[in-house]
Amino acid sequence: MNIKTHDTTDTLVIAGKSYRSRLLTGTGKYKDLDETRRATLAAGAEIVTAAIRRVNLGQDPHAPNLLDALPPGEFTLLPNTAGCYNAVDAVRTCRLARELLDGHKLVKLEVLGDERTLFPDVVETLKAAEQLVADGFDVMVYTSDDPILAKKLEQIGCVAVMPLAAPIGSGLGIQNKYNLLEIIENAKVPIIVDAGVGTASDAAIAMELGCDGVLMNTAIAGAQDPVLMAHAMKLAIEAGRAAFRAGRIPRKRFASASSPIDGTIG
Amino acid sequence: MHITLNGHPHDCGDNFTVIQLLHEAGYAGRRVAVEVNHEIVPRSQHGGYALREGDKVEIVHAIGGG
Repeated sequence: MNIKTHDTTDTLVIAGKSYRSRLLTGTGKYKDLDETRRATLAAGAEIVTAAIRRVNLGQDPHAPNLLDALPPGEFTLLPNTAGCYNAVDAVRTCRLARELLDGHKLVKLEVLGDERTLFPDVVETLKAAEQLVADGFDVMVYTSDDPILAKKLEQIGCVAVMPLAAPIGSGLGIQNKYNLLEIIENAKVPIIVDAGVGTASDAAIAMELGCDGVLMNTAIAGAQDPVLMAHAMKLAIEAGRAAFRAGRIPRKRFASASSPIDGTIG
Repeated sequence: MHITLNGHPHDCGDNFTVIQLLHEAGYAGRRVAVEVNHEIVPRSQHGGYALREGDKVEIVHAIGGG
């Protein structure tokens, strides 16, 4: 018997391109590039983030680099603007990324507000998003969980809006279900939870809410066994998505018997 | 000639081109992007782009990040 549990048409579409995986992964904080690659493969991720940084002059220029481990032909690279605290630096970083990756247009915009919270500076984020969209970039934007702002970023022309679930690297899980739901229900572009996931159940909850995907880094790279956690996250994303599509039962205050009442003895 | 390379003072030959600078640093032919005074210098122009005294040059690449 063939039970249809997997719909191959249920794909994540970003900027016109379809992806089977709804788990997007970061590439920071791994022990080495080998672990980065093994965890990325275990996660089944097709979209992977990368940071743009100055080369280390004086070090071996021929040492293996990220793009050797995760070649752009095999993965969709998502260069980020991590570490930028204003729109000017974020736009510069995206232009460098586009040059680096031969005209690649897809970028992850994040403009941070301060080092303690790593919360986004939403004013600078809006400014940068406008400039980048006008400059022809496909912008996936990290933002706070504010539904009004999420809508504005969509209206500017961002191809995906990525609200945080909790602070970056905190592992606190989904702290803002109702804000996320409000964002999801009003969105016309993919909503991807970016930041805050700690373990597999957090990823499943995000997907059960109806998120289109989850982007995570620390939860995998910081686990004691990153490759195993990457596998767990892959399963959680798939389980959460299937549960969302299946449609959960309503919550009730009282019991509802699972066995028929009719025909009981006595 | 004095320039600033990746935020540090750097000496190079007069009228050094971007490609000469990349050769000197060992990054010629590697996947890097170059910016001079906040403007991208496309790869196709590295050979013909002559640097000038005081230029601020950035050479960047991709590394792991979230």
